[in-house]
Amino acid sequence: MKGFEKPVLEIKNLNKQFGKGCSDCCDINEKKLEKNYCPECGTVYACQDISFELYGGEILGVVGESGSGKSTMMKCLYFDQEVTKGEGYLSSYKDGLMNIFNESSQQKRYIRNHVLGKVYQNPMLGLKMNFSSIGNIAQKLIAAGYRSVRDMESRGIDLLNHVNIPVFRMKEPPKNFSGGMQQRVQIAKALSNNPPVLLLDEVTTGLDLSVQANVLDLIKKIQRELGISMIVVSHDLAVIRMLANRTIVMLDGRIIEKGLTDQILEDPQHPYTQQLVHSLLV
Amino acid sequence: MKNLLNIKNLWKSFTLHNLQKYIKAIQDINILVKEGEFIGITGKSGSGKSTILKCIYRTYLPENGSILYQSDNFGAIDISKATERQMIYLRKHEIGYVSQFLSVMPRTTAKEVVQQAVIEMGYDIDYAQFQAEKMLSHFELDIKLWDSYPNTFSGGEKLRLNIARAMVKRPRLLLLDEPTASLDNVSKIKVRELIEQLKSEGTTMLGIFHDIDFMQGLCDYQYNMQAGEVI
Ligand SMILES: Nc1ncnc2c1ncn2[C@@H]1O[C@H](COP(=O)(O)OP(=O)(O)OP(=O)(O)O)[C@@H](O)[C@H]1O
Ligand SMILES: Nc1ncnc2c1ncn2[C@@H]1O[C@H](COP(=O)(O)OP(=O)(O)OP(=O)(O)O)[C@@H](O)[C@H]1O
Ligand SMILES: [Mg+2]
Ligand SMILES: [Mg+2]
Ligand SMILES: [Zn+2]
Repeated sequence: MKGFEKPVLEIKNLNKQFGKGCSDCCDINEKKLEKNYCPECGTVYACQDISFELYGGEILGVVGESGSGKSTMMKCLYFDQEVTKGEGYLSSYKDGLMNIFNESSQQKRYIRNHVLGKVYQNPMLGLKMNFSSIGNIAQKLIAAGYRSVRDMESRGIDLLNHVNIPVFRMKEPPKNFSGGMQQRVQIAKALSNNPPVLLLDEVTTGLDLSVQANVLDLIKKIQRELGISMIVVSHDLAVIRMLANRTIVMLDGRIIEKGLTDQILEDPQHPYTQQLVHSLLV
Repeated sequence: MKNLLNIKNLWKSFTLHNLQKYIKAIQDINILVKEGEFIGITGKSGSGKSTILKCIYRTYLPENGSILYQSDNFGAIDISKATERQMIYLRKHEIGYVSQFLSVMPRTTAKEVVQQAVIEMGYDIDYAQFQAEKMLSHFELDIKLWDSYPNTFSGGEKLRLNIARAMVKRPRLLLLDEPTASLDNVSKIKVRELIEQLKSEGTTMLGIFHDIDFMQGLCDYQYNMQAGEVI
């Protein structure tokens, strides 16, 4: 019997706070704090007890209003920020037996270079804007262990082809490119180490609708053809509807609801999710 | 015949927090579907017909009761309590859903729509293409339309694509939510023939039809709904 699959990524009780906390909020429980911050000491509890699983080949959507902790969660997953506490297991890293958040910084770098890819909303965070586009990709390839220039170039060209960047423009720096093209270079770079898990944080936000469509098509194509598992963060339910199999809804640093994407859209349970869905429909 | 689907005491209501509304959709529904049967559901608009199908497909979260389904893969499983991953598996491999509305990814051609359903099941692109073409010709979608975008299709063409996409997976259970709603009479008769054909091939079906006449002689058993209950 099939169906007892192991997740490629499992997150248990991820917490991230900014600030030390005070006697008022330290042993934090839901009743004490109305939002995600302590009015006494100003500590922000950006992620509170986030738990979920990501399975092979699936796209997991994460929605929620501004400030709900989506980006903080993604930063923690990519080690851009250190978790306050929590556990994370990647099936392709030490068979999913080691909590990745407890590993050394050297091991974390290894995980970033070999197991994860990330695409940022702001291309300036993911790319060196003055480097050539192929050079940006080469950087990640070197980190992943590539040494031969010829191998790097051919891999780079493959990737740029895959994301529809004309190869004759590969020597140009991303700063010459349109927003949509920059995102596609970022995606090529994130894919370069063949990561089993790809993290995408608001990658279409701020793009023109037609450009947005183009990038969404690309993401869908990557999932279909490469079978990479992805976490897609967006405050836009329309993006989630198009991409995600399952969806998590966040509010004030917590997961308030999760389910099959069509169920979240057609039968939302939490008042906040209902409001969010309602605003999509009108 | 073995039971394929056994719905017992199923309830579903909706609490709309922001509108401060509580809507009772279905109460205490019992429906039995045996392997190979075609079961019909009729009833006035708003009587709860679609709610039942959507609970089975888990687009709606069942509230109370059980939906026992005999799965190829999982054995007997209560759909109302299945995990999301189990539901995704069942949707990919065992349970199909067809309505009058075609929901597809934008910028995807008719052939790709069917193809992707096969790829989802884990087959490669060549096999998917072969199966997609077979299904589209089987359900007589004009070959000129295969490489066009379905948003321009007529109601009947959309429906045939919809059915081709569902049937290419050879689902054991097909849920039909008024597939004929927006069709003219000629197309309706075509759909009827199609359903007869599916039935002769052994597909189990649970279908909603507004038009009772249309179901005559077609279904093995018929449930009539009124105000959320089977009467
Ligand atoms: N470095 C930081 N220092 C202090 N507070 C921070 C820091 N980064 C984020 N926060 C706070 O954490 C909370 C969550 O922020 P986050 O960026 O994760 O939200 P988000 O859900 O991604 O929002 P958006 O949709 O606007 O991108 C916010 O209240 C934010 O002000
Ligand atoms: N997602 C939903 N949210 C809120 N109420 C709903 C939802 N879906 C159905 N309902 C309500 O539940 C009741 C039953 O609806 P349902 O769609 O099951 O009826 P139906 O018999 O399929 O009607 P029709 O023939 O018009 O399609 C109706 O009162 C409807 O308004
Ligand atoms: Mg953010
Ligand atoms: Mg209906
Ligand atoms: Zn405090």
